[in-house]
Amino acid sequence: MIDGFAISALYALGATGFTLIFGVSGVLNLSHGAIMVAAAVAAWAAASVLNVGTYAGALIGVAVALLTAFATYFAVVKPIQDSRRIPNEEKEIFVLTGTLLWGIMIQELIAYFFTNNAKTVLPIVEGVVEILGVRTPKNEIFTAIVCCLVIALLWLLVNRTRTGKAVLAASMNPRGVTLLGLELTNIYIVVWAIYGILAGIAGVLLGMFLGVSSYSVGPLTASAFSIVVLGGLGSVSGSLIAAFVVGYLETLTAYLVSPAYRTIPALLLLVFVMYIRPQGLLGRR
Amino acid sequence: MKKILPGALHILLGAATIGALMTASGAALAADPIKIGVIAEAQAIAGASIPQAAQLAADEINAKGGVDGRKIEIISYDNHSSSADSVRAFQRAVNEDKVNAVIASYISEVVLALEPWASRLKTPFVTPGAASNEISKSVHADYEKNKYTFHGYLTSAALALSVCDGAKDLLVDKLHMKTAVIMSEDAAWTKPLDVGYEECLPKIGLKVLDHIRFSPDTTDFTPIFNKIEGAKPDVIITGISHVGVQPTVQWKNQQVPIPMFGISSQATNETFGKDTNQAAEGVLYQGVSGPGVAVTPKSVPFADNFKKKFGNYPSYAGYTAYDEVYYIADAVKRAGSTEADKLVDALEKTDWEGTIGRVQFYGKDDQFTHSIKYGKGLITGLMLQWQGGKQSAVWPKDVAKVDVKFPGFIKLSN
Repeated sequence: MIDGFAISALYALGATGFTLIFGVSGVLNLSHGAIMVAAAVAAWAAASVLNVGTYAGALIGVAVALLTAFATYFAVVKPIQDSRRIPNEEKEIFVLTGTLLWGIMIQELIAYFFTNNAKTVLPIVEGVVEILGVRTPKNEIFTAIVCCLVIALLWLLVNRTRTGKAVLAASMNPRGVTLLGLELTNIYIVVWAIYGILAGIAGVLLGMFLGVSSYSVGPLTASAFSIVVLGGLGSVSGSLIAAFVVGYLETLTAYLVSPAYRTIPALLLLVFVMYIRPQGLLGRR
Repeated sequence: MKKILPGALHILLGAATIGALMTASGAALAADPIKIGVIAEAQAIAGASIPQAAQLAADEINAKGGVDGRKIEIISYDNHSSSADSVRAFQRAVNEDKVNAVIASYISEVVLALEPWASRLKTPFVTPGAASNEISKSVHADYEKNKYTFHGYLTSAALALSVCDGAKDLLVDKLHMKTAVIMSEDAAWTKPLDVGYEECLPKIGLKVLDHIRFSPDTTDFTPIFNKIEGAKPDVIITGISHVGVQPTVQWKNQQVPIPMFGISSQATNETFGKDTNQAAEGVLYQGVSGPGVAVTPKSVPFADNFKKKFGNYPSYAGYTAYDEVYYIADAVKRAGSTEADKLVDALEKTDWEGTIGRVQFYGKDDQFTHSIKYGKGLITGLMLQWQGGKQSAVWPKDVAKVDVKFPGFIKLSN
């Protein structure tokens, strides 16, 4: 159960950033998995190769994710959005393709420099505790707590601060925000920064919890994508619920049926939801 | 008269030119390099050592004058761990780069895809690291067609035997273990391995309580370890290669109190300790070689030279690839030719002391035709353990340097 909670919380963290970007700027960022893996591998490299210590390593990981997120926005997404040669109605497809290719580039670079073997980040807290007779790594509890804290902070940021309210407004009506005199580009930059930090934390925690390799890029993007679609594109709370549904469904399948079929029920559920409620659980459009 | 002389001169000159040309081409023939194509997974640690080790062997042979004056040339191709890319590389190696033999891959699925191409293009082909029984079984089933393929590494059946032989001495006789759970990834090479385990473990006195096969893209091993713990075995017998870092790290983080013993290909890599942040401590794995382990007088010098040149110790497939270049060169010398059928005949008669033991191939009548022979005096494999951040041999006795030792969270039941 705790295992399921930790996994779900991690999924939630990864997916929130993903859905936020979509909600605000309409961008589906298919390099999501690559950014998470880049964060984890950077944290590993900093801690194990450069010996900077666990905490510094984790921070470097998050910083790398932030930089990669900005690079994604400025090098890939913004040029496509600003381009006059691409018709507006085709921009979404271009962004999809662009971020997908960008993700593959990052993945190949990681494989080239760090091999495709899995890497693991040294846990910040080590050891295990017994909870109701189940031996649980302390790091798993730590992961769950960090995820919840970060999500709570995000909620506060969005609902209680001026910047957050501007972001929220932009997701509802971008034109209205511009009319109020707020620069849309600045809001986008804020959102990408939030996204980079979220993806970075999720990536580093994933590296501690399960370990990642360049092969994880595709599955990570796919899982964030399906969670977000299940929860309703652009809906943060929908993504949170969906993350827990998917996380628990996978864990239960692994425990009760077989670890080999882990992802299948969640994907079937996704197909099913697509049939009866195409906008997702809490989708607005 | 005036006319005849220049004519005769002309003929003379012509003859001389032709003669010169002939000697030149004769010399070119003798100095024609022996080309060996190397197709491997450049991004995977196990695969990356393959072209490097092959090049090292070629450089050594060439420094001593080559084979009958012919240099060995290694042409390498990255297959991105993909069967389709490997097949293209094989076709290109044979049709365009005109290689005389191919060394390829540590992945059984890739080798099985290449095998029919070795037959079609009639090119001797040796794999340094794949394990599936099917590779050599197909040679046995249709010898005339598939005789070009050689299996330069132990079959899964032999690997299972090697693990069982090691387990008998280390686990049953010394630690009095009685039960085991088999944990293996779902891949071509583990099917025969599991059959081998199921057969030989009970024979040495380890009862198999459960058998878990999981998908190679599994990332969370918690449910698997929980299930294994529930069965309360004395030991987990592993069959893993595509995964390695993740189960090992989670085994340590979750403090699973049961030792892991068996095949864990990634644990054979020198970088495994770092990749797992030293969670590898206590992992027991089967290998054909290890740094500092003198299986033969050639093992240690090779590993040291490799490290000097490339900065890290070779993976298991590095050792075999190095040997393969040597015994292919030896076969060319004995055959006196690089002609495919003659080379196959010569390779079959290989008796080469390499870095992993004495290499001989099973014959036409054995079910594992063209696979390297397993057994005492040939190749038996080793059991090694990660101790103090290093790989140390613990079995067999004549090369063992240390005793088996486990980290604190392992609770031996006896």
